[in-house]
Amino acid sequence: MIRHRIHLVLALAAVLAVALGPVASDLGAQGKGTIKIATQSPLSGGQAALGEGIKLGAQLAIEKSKAALEKQGFKVDLVPFDDQAKPDVGVANAKNIIADKDILAVIGHLNSGVAIPSSEVYKEVSLAMISPANTNPVVTDRGYPSVNRVCGRDDVQGVVGSEFAHATMKAKSVYIIHDKTPYGQGVAEFFRDDAKKKGLKVVGFEGTEEKSNFDPIITPMKAQNPDVIYFGGIYDQAAPFFKQAREKGVKGKFLGPDGMDSSDLTKIAGKAVVGMYYTSAAGPASVLPKAKAFSEEFKKKFGKNPEPYAAEAYDAATIAIKAIEAAAKGGKLPSREDVATAVRKAKLAGITGDIEFDAKGDRKKALYFVLQVASEDPGKWGDNKIVKQLTIAAPAAAKK
Amino acid sequence: MIQSLLAVALTGVSAFAVAVYPRSVLVFLLFQGSILFAYRARIPDWLRWSLLAAALLVLMPAIGYYNGYYLEVATQVGIFVALALGLNIVVGLAGLLDLGYVAFFAVGAYSWAIVGSPHANVIFGGESFPLAGGWFYLFLLVGLGVAALTGVLLGLPVLRLHGDYLAVVTLGFGEVIRVLANNLDKPINFTNGPKGITPISRPPTPLGLPYGEYFYFLALLIVIVVVLVNRRLENSHIGRAWEAIREDELAARAMGVPLVRMKLMAFACGASFAGIMGVLFSAKQIFINPESFTFLESIGVLAMVILGGMGSIPGAILGATVVTVLNLQVLKGFSLWLNELKNAGVTVLGYSLADLPTQFEPAKYERMVFGIILVLMMIYRPQGIFPARRRQREMTQ
Amino acid sequence: MDVALLIGIFPQVLLDGIILGFMYALIALGYTMVYGVLEFINFAHSEIFIVGAFVGVEVMLGLKSAGLLDGLPWPVVLVLVLVAGMAGSGLLAVTVERVAYRPLRNAPRLIPLISAIGISFFLQDMIRLFESLWRNAFNLVYPTLDALNLRFELTETLDVSVKSLVVIGGALGMLWALHMIVNRTKVGTAIRAVAEDQAAASLMGIDVNRIISLTFLIGGAMGGAAGVLFGVQYGLINPYSGFIPGLKAFTAAVLGGIGNIPGAMVGGLVLGLLEAFAASYLSLLTGGAFGAEYKDILAFSILILILIFRPKGLLGEVVRERA
Repeated sequence: MIRHRIHLVLALAAVLAVALGPVASDLGAQGKGTIKIATQSPLSGGQAALGEGIKLGAQLAIEKSKAALEKQGFKVDLVPFDDQAKPDVGVANAKNIIADKDILAVIGHLNSGVAIPSSEVYKEVSLAMISPANTNPVVTDRGYPSVNRVCGRDDVQGVVGSEFAHATMKAKSVYIIHDKTPYGQGVAEFFRDDAKKKGLKVVGFEGTEEKSNFDPIITPMKAQNPDVIYFGGIYDQAAPFFKQAREKGVKGKFLGPDGMDSSDLTKIAGKAVVGMYYTSAAGPASVLPKAKAFSEEFKKKFGKNPEPYAAEAYDAATIAIKAIEAAAKGGKLPSREDVATAVRKAKLAGITGDIEFDAKGDRKKALYFVLQVASEDPGKWGDNKIVKQLTIAAPAAAKK
Repeated sequence: MIQSLLAVALTGVSAFAVAVYPRSVLVFLLFQGSILFAYRARIPDWLRWSLLAAALLVLMPAIGYYNGYYLEVATQVGIFVALALGLNIVVGLAGLLDLGYVAFFAVGAYSWAIVGSPHANVIFGGESFPLAGGWFYLFLLVGLGVAALTGVLLGLPVLRLHGDYLAVVTLGFGEVIRVLANNLDKPINFTNGPKGITPISRPPTPLGLPYGEYFYFLALLIVIVVVLVNRRLENSHIGRAWEAIREDELAARAMGVPLVRMKLMAFACGASFAGIMGVLFSAKQIFINPESFTFLESIGVLAMVILGGMGSIPGAILGATVVTVLNLQVLKGFSLWLNELKNAGVTVLGYSLADLPTQFEPAKYERMVFGIILVLMMIYRPQGIFPARRRQREMTQ
Repeated sequence: MDVALLIGIFPQVLLDGIILGFMYALIALGYTMVYGVLEFINFAHSEIFIVGAFVGVEVMLGLKSAGLLDGLPWPVVLVLVLVAGMAGSGLLAVTVERVAYRPLRNAPRLIPLISAIGISFFLQDMIRLFESLWRNAFNLVYPTLDALNLRFELTETLDVSVKSLVVIGGALGMLWALHMIVNRTKVGTAIRAVAEDQAAASLMGIDVNRIISLTFLIGGAMGGAAGVLFGVQYGLINPYSGFIPGLKAFTAAVLGGIGNIPGAMVGGLVLGLLEAFAASYLSLLTGGAFGAEYKDILAFSILILILIFRPKGLLGEVVRERA
């Protein structure tokens, strides 16, 4: 009985293989060839919203700027991969990506924990990776020529935050909370270290994976009455925290990194976050026409506001396309090495500011804005005002 | 005779087909199927074993040369087979439900990651780390030992617990290990918290083998050793004692089975396989952080054991293979294929797939399909794919 | 160490812990009901629970767009939402049992566990698919009812909001209702009979399948109510938010003695208090060396300790072991 079933399955597999195998590998092989750009981010599981934002940002960029390559006779495709926020899945996908010779660049990942082992794989074949979200210093400190990022570094953004808390907000005491991810803990630690250096009193430093119930953290925090509360993390965790904190009568001012940069922050937290500050490399739509156009276009196409990192993914994918164009001079299909070299040399006036990579793949100069939430209406997120601008270059050498 | 010819032909043709269509997921699936067929077909033993040896030792690395991705899939299959076999001892043989099994994998992985990377300098001071790659082989044994010890430590307090009480304690234990790994960056920085440890040294490879092939062979070697140990255990008095405990603890004790020793041994044996694979995993990945050791991973390994057939060695192997291949290869391949159809603008019933809204992006629903497959498998084949012989008899009663 | 601070926050932390504990207790009821009758862990209960929260938020948003949210008095809205959430989750639980568990009634006990895990994966992404098509959203926000957000300052350091009181009241009410159903009604007698011995119960003329469906309906409805209260209390849900509270509630159910209804409440309270005190005090007591995250470690360590001395949980009744 079992034997028969196995035979049946095998026969079925054989038929399918013969029928579909060639199709799967030959599809779309018309014209001069296909150029594929892959995205890797979690498309399922708890972090799917951010991961999908990365995919959609890249998709929009590819649709917008692929015309030049198509004129040369190439077909340009996006290949989305779901890394499930798991390192082992990310690495297997990475091997799958490098086995597809048409893929010339990767946009990803969301989690540094997935990006670091996966980029070891891309490096083997000099496949360009442009990260929209991995702020962990290690990602570029390894000095791989094919690994770049358009987002900032934790060690820069945390300092921007503490500088603002100290100089502009005139805070005497801060309470720091983070989400126990490499990103959140990273910025929070750099914020803490710099704040201590500047003589601020750090009354608490707490990490939590909790997403709903913040009571046990808010209670001791409220009792210590800090001037500023810094949340190193993403809006979907920070917004309920801020909301619950205000409801419980916490009076300190709120401050956060670019993970707060989403209109959903006000959608969730409402008036609790009006007047709070956040640091970001992406300027507000009200000031930068490009950012405005992007968020409008995104909304029109996908029916929702861009998540944090969607703008970074858009810029990353645009750089990838421009680099492929540059490497494909003369209408020849470029090699991966050529693309990686071209990416490193790329210059782009993107929606997250002017992008130029240094020798490690970090942005040469990261221009940071400090913005203030203007209204509790999510539709007016674009009206957030720039309070301050800070330009800080990435540290040249690895700290370790 | 026909089956012999068929087995040889299938293995040969499918391997050749992979070389011709190195990107086709289905062709590779056919190759994997041919290995299964060679194992199950009614053919002489010498032919069976030489076919399996040829497929695993020669053809698979050769295929990996054409497409490194398949080698990665095969290596991860190897890792999960060892994990499933380890958990099979605890759950399948001894009947102790363990929901935190991945903790032992984590312990093994961290034991090499810490000393095999410059991170150990942060803990111990000085500049003497990372240890040279050669130490890796010793640490395969250290990881095994540390994990086994952890297994005993977990086993001791929970000896009196049964069924779901045991399940929730092991679940808690798994979470405790993960939370510890995530938080032990202060007061003393042991694990570097969520930021993880990198770069982790790899051993020098013999004969200039590429790392892809090297880790494949190493995983295969460990799996073979684990299978041999498992078979010896299963047929020894220890294995029979475990099965006696599973069937009826009271009766087992009455027959003179030393419960404490046997239960601890089951935990230690099961844990040790995970520990050794953890060491390999950390070297293969170069980077580890607590994200690899979540509760869902434990559940995944448990699903492999039960899907394959509890208490059965071929079952655990096949269960691990099916789940890993499904997750890393079949579901991925399927959504990539749909994506290509979409990009090519194929129309189905007059509806262009290119217009499909982004909500239906196939890559987003791999886990949902996996869930459906789990439910269907349980309903239509509750005894597992290759049930243990004893279990098979029970089910047909 | 600031002793005044430590003492000052004590009453508030105690209250935080009690509220969290009742939340866990409510979710735990679903696990315990099913376990009491079928002796299997309904892993999909965390998704059944979160579906209740989603049904609730949909009803609320529906009322809001109809302009009724502020028009109706808040208790009416709350009851309406609770009933909708309970109905949604209850029906889902019955369906899940019908499709995924009933065919496995006689299989070894780990088989339905895996089936439940499969259902759990399926439901998570199903909710996501539905919400992304319907609202194009991933996170859904519960509309605020101002009356529920009202806070009473009991002392300078202790205050409590109306919605927290609703959680406590709701949980107590549910527990009481469940206790009455199981112990005082005919149906309850039938449920207990099926839990005791399915074969004997069916010989007594009890329709076992119907009773099991009913158990899932009640357990699911409790989960749905918990989901709505969860949403009201914490304000934000997504398709995966059920998972962690579900896991905790399952732990609470085991801690109290799984299969035992008062046990679920005791287990929930113990776990909630442990977590609240650990998360609030650990960092203060150790000068930041051990943070709030160690709450899970502490909770599970104490769980192990309790189970060593009481292997069947705090109020555990002796449950038959089935191989």
